[in-house]
Order: sequence, then structure tokens, then C-alpha cells
Amino acid sequence: MSRIKATFDKLAARGRKALIPFITAGDPDPGLALPLMRALVAGGADVIELGVPFSDPMADGPTIQRASERALKQGMSLRQVLSIVREFRAGDADTPVVLMGYANPVEAMGAGVFAAEAKQAGVDGVLVVDYPPEECVVFAAIIKAAGIDPIFLLAPTSTDERCGQVAEIGSGYIYYVSLKGVTGAGHLDLDEVARRIPAIRKKVGMPVGVGFGIRDAESARRIAAVADAVVIGSRIIEEIEKSPREQAAANVMAFMRGIRSALDEVAVSKEAP
Amino acid sequence: MQMYDLPDARGHFGPYGGTFVAETLIEALDELKRAYAAAKADPAFRAEFEFELKHYVGRPSPVYHAKRWSGLLGGAQIYLKREDLNHTGAHKVNNCIGQAMLARRMGKPRVIAETGAGQHGVAAATVAARYGMECVVYMGSEDVRRQAANVYRMKLLGASVVPVESGSKTLKDALNEAMRDWVTNVGNTFYIIGTVAGPHPYPMMVRDFQSVIGAECRTQMPELAGRQPDYVIACVGGGSNAMGIFYDYIPDESVKLVGVEAAGHGLASGHHAASLIAGRPGVLHGNRTYLLQDENGQIVETHSISAGLDYPGVGPEHAWLKDSRRADYVAVTDDEALAAFHDLCRHEGIIPALESAHALAYAAKLAPTLPKDRLLLVSLSGRGDKDMHTVAEKSGIQF
Repeated sequence: MSRIKATFDKLAARGRKALIPFITAGDPDPGLALPLMRALVAGGADVIELGVPFSDPMADGPTIQRASERALKQGMSLRQVLSIVREFRAGDADTPVVLMGYANPVEAMGAGVFAAEAKQAGVDGVLVVDYPPEECVVFAAIIKAAGIDPIFLLAPTSTDERCGQVAEIGSGYIYYVSLKGVTGAGHLDLDEVARRIPAIRKKVGMPVGVGFGIRDAESARRIAAVADAVVIGSRIIEEIEKSPREQAAANVMAFMRGIRSALDEVAVSKEAP
Repeated sequence: MQMYDLPDARGHFGPYGGTFVAETLIEALDELKRAYAAAKADPAFRAEFEFELKHYVGRPSPVYHAKRWSGLLGGAQIYLKREDLNHTGAHKVNNCIGQAMLARRMGKPRVIAETGAGQHGVAAATVAARYGMECVVYMGSEDVRRQAANVYRMKLLGASVVPVESGSKTLKDALNEAMRDWVTNVGNTFYIIGTVAGPHPYPMMVRDFQSVIGAECRTQMPELAGRQPDYVIACVGGGSNAMGIFYDYIPDESVKLVGVEAAGHGLASGHHAASLIAGRPGVLHGNRTYLLQDENGQIVETHSISAGLDYPGVGPEHAWLKDSRRADYVAVTDDEALAAFHDLCRHEGIIPALESAHALAYAAKLAPTLPKDRLLLVSLSGRGDKDMHTVAEKSGIQF
């Protein structure tokens, strides 16, 4: 069983929601990558989404763009991201790691080589933002064969037919993008999310995480009431950005704990009669 | 004549092209595909497009025999397709009219565009003014600084120009930012991409709108020269003027097609923009194509004296024409392009755009190697008024 499925099964058994933080690997510098990942786990992360920086992050807002630029300035590459995962995995056998990035670095390495090396490093899932399902059939099969979950985005505008395509070639979980726009955007239509999630979950037969626009305990709690997982990215990167280097991990952990307890309240209130 | 019907229904030219975008953009592209298919099949749309090209742009643009320059070169005869005589001074306006008409048909009151040197931005702003649409142009902050006159021109035409501070602060970053705007404001906004790149249906749609260039040549060359040319030569950055003039010639295999990329300071220097010649296939800006990238798949900064060729990718149809060997791609340096620029000024009384000067430079190399009865048709894609500063600076002159 994949580490991702095991994690979601365990959470479901306990009536809890997954907390999935996103950070860009190598931001603000490669030396801080491991301390930050461990801080995320200590703060209550169930899955870590690790961003692979790319020179042209077309689907990201200014916060994640800046994180990518800082990481690339430090010479971060897909191979180095895999080394970071390998090191993380040496000390943490349980927390799933999902790589999230753009197609070109993966294509430059070659899909087959990437799949083998990612699996060997301990990567559990891969989300290539600019591989919609119709362009991803071959790649999804390659990484699946290596034992890695192909994770896909779905959006408010995704048709039933597209949800079906994703159900066919994806696995692990679905990342539901809760609003039109880029990462880090401001507003979040909670009613729309609440309306769409049950149908999507039923259609894809996988846990559904919601991201884009979740910034605090309140929005996390409200999303957790309808979704299986809450994804938080830009807000954590802002936390890293405004912290002095030596405080970044501690501040990220404190922020995560706030969100974690909000999510666990949702679980507790559901358990109550 | 060979049958040619690319792209396929999903926008692929062989392994190239496609729809490599985040899920959030898929519905917008589907809406565009549907609207474009309906417009293409509508004779009224076609008629209005032709009317606009004739009465607003001034088409057909002439083909001109550069007799004196050809004589001096001592070989093949060079004919110029005069896109420089279009309203706004380049071929870009053909595509902007088509896309703005489509935007109006789709009920989108706001158009956005990316621009490098500002030529496409000016064309988009022009057409937006003509149709009474709001227009926002994204331009790398580095380019805003270098192209102050065009920034002012866009503002005169009523557009707002947004400087882009991310990445290398140039054309590719402006394109990223325009995509981000589009995905956020897709309800009321139409994105006018300026070249034959981007996700499907853009490479096909922009090619279709620009194909008027080659279609006119097929009528004009027999009238003027008695037959079709032996070579069709055009510069390639993103590749829209080249696709425009190539397209109607693709099935006619007796006509050689040559795309000319920017070799900048020389291919060996690493400072160039020759994606097809020196790049590798990859995925950027919504399509798979040849890209200038490092060994880790990061897109690298490019250089060309001509801002319009200064782009690390290229339209996917060119990638296909290269691999299938239907077209040849060559590169000429900044210095060679400048020499051709000056030659055309002096010998024909035509000031070409530096982009077009790349195509002219290759024609000037090729012509002397061929007999005098061979015909070269060169796309003179734009006029050079915008390049006065660059050329003067190279000659050590300050205004």
C-alpha cells in the first residue's frame, strides 16, 4: 500500500482531516530544507508537498514565484530536491512526500530516470502542474509503475468527464483548486467548495484536498468540514520569508500547530453525538 | 502536393504543441476552442476579417522585387513581402484583429497581451482602441526601460502597461504574468497571444490569422515574377510571420522554406536565441517545443539585438517542420543582421525591422550562391523605425 493511502486510511479511521503544507525546496536556502520539513511534521503535517523550483512558474502567484527565485539563485535543481527527500526519508519513514512542480525539469531528466530516482529517494507522489490528464497518460503510467502516486489538480471548472479521466490515471488524492487564479490569491468561495467536494469525491474515489486561498485557522477549519485534506502553501512561505533564518523552522512549526488544532476541533466536533 | 492538416484535434504537431497548462486554464481554453471553431466556420466572420485587413490594415501588402540589391549581390532575385507597410508597421496587427474580433464575439470586454519590444503590445492596443475594449499589456520591467517609446505609444492608444518584475523581467516573464491575469479574470478577459506559441488553440489560431501573408504571396508571385519562388525565407522568434508566410507553401514541396533564428553574439558564445538550432524539446508556456534550457530544465536567458526574436522557445509547428525536414532552420548573428539592415536602407530605400533583417541577412548569403533566375521570397515582417536607437547606438551615435 502506498504511504499516501496508508496515511489517509489511518486518518479516516480516526475521523481526522489531513494537513498538507507546501514549501519550495531550497527556499530560502538548501541548508534549511530538512529543518523546515521536520518542523512541518512536528507541527502536525500528514503529507508534505515539496515544490520543485522552476524558472517559469506560470500557475503560481507572487509568493511562490519569489520562493522559486530564491531557491534557483541557490542553485537548486530537481536532482538536489531528490537528495533532500532522500535525507528526509532517512529520518522519517512515515510522512509521505509529494513533489509538486512543472513539466520541464522532469522532462529534462527523462520521465523514466526521474521515476526510478524519485522512488529510490522516497518520493510518494508527484503533481506536475502543467500536465493536465490529457497530456499525462504516459507519464502517469511510468510513475505508477515505479510505485509513485500521480496526483492531479481539479478546479471549479472541471467537467465530469475530466474528473473521470483523473479517476482513471490518478491515485493518492486529488488536489482541488478552490478558486480561479494563481496560488496565494485572496478570496475563497467556501460555499462553492462545500457544494462541489462531495460530488468530486464520489466521482474520483480518492480523498480530496483543497488548496489555493487557505490562510488561517478559520478558513482551514471551514474547508476541513467538507474536505479530506487542507493544503496550505503561500501562507507558510510568507512565514519563512518574514522570519530570521534561525527562527524560520520554529515559526513554521508554531503556525502549523495553530492550523492543526483547528483541524482537530473539526474532527472532535464530528465525533461528538 | 502533399496533404498537410496539422495540428490534430488536441493541438499536436507530431510530438509538439498540446495543452500543457494547469487545470484552472482548461475550461478557458475549451471555451476559446469552441468559439474559434464556430467563428472559422462562419462566412460573416471571415468576411469581416477580410474587410478589416483591407480597410484598416491596408492589405494586401505588396511584393516588391529588390532588383538593385539582387544585382549587387550577383545571384538569385530577391523579392520582399512588404508587411512593413501594414498599419502599425508590422505583421502583428493581422493576428490582433482576428483575436479582438473573436473576443468581441465571445462577449469579453477586456483584452490582455504580453509584449517584448512592444510591437505586439502596440498592435493589441491599436486594435483594442479600434474596438473600444479595455487593454492591459504585460511587459518585462527590463523591456519597459529599454522601449520607452513603445510604452508611450501603447499609453497614447489607451492601454495600461504593467511592468513585470519577476524572473528575468523580459518577454517570457510577461507571458507568465499575462497567463496569471487570464486565469484570474477569465470571465471578462480575452488573452491575445502575439505569436504561434502557447497552449492549443493559439499556435493554430495565430497561424491561421497570419496565413494571409503567404496566401497573398501565392497570387502575387506569379503576377510579378511569373512563378512561385524557389525559397521562402523568414525570421523566427516565436515564429508568427514565418508560419504566416510558410503555411500556404507547405504542401508545395518544390518551394524550400527557411526559418532564420537569432544567433546573437554567435551560437558558440551562448548569447543567442536560436531555440530550434541549439535548444532541446521541453515544455514551456503551454506547449511542447524546442527550448533554450540548462541541463536541469530551467529556461535560460537569451540574447538578440532584435527584441522580437529574444525568446527562449519557438512555436511548436516550427519544431514539427524542423523534425519533418519540411523547413530548414539557420541562424544569423547580430552583426550579420545589422549589415543587412544597412544594405537594405542604402540599396533599396527601405528601413527594415532588425527582426526582418535576420531573414534579409540569410537571403544575402544565399543569393550569390544561386543562378540569377532563382527566386527568393523574403518576409519583410516589419519596418525599422522602432530600431533607430539600437542601430544608432551600435554605430556610436547618440541622439
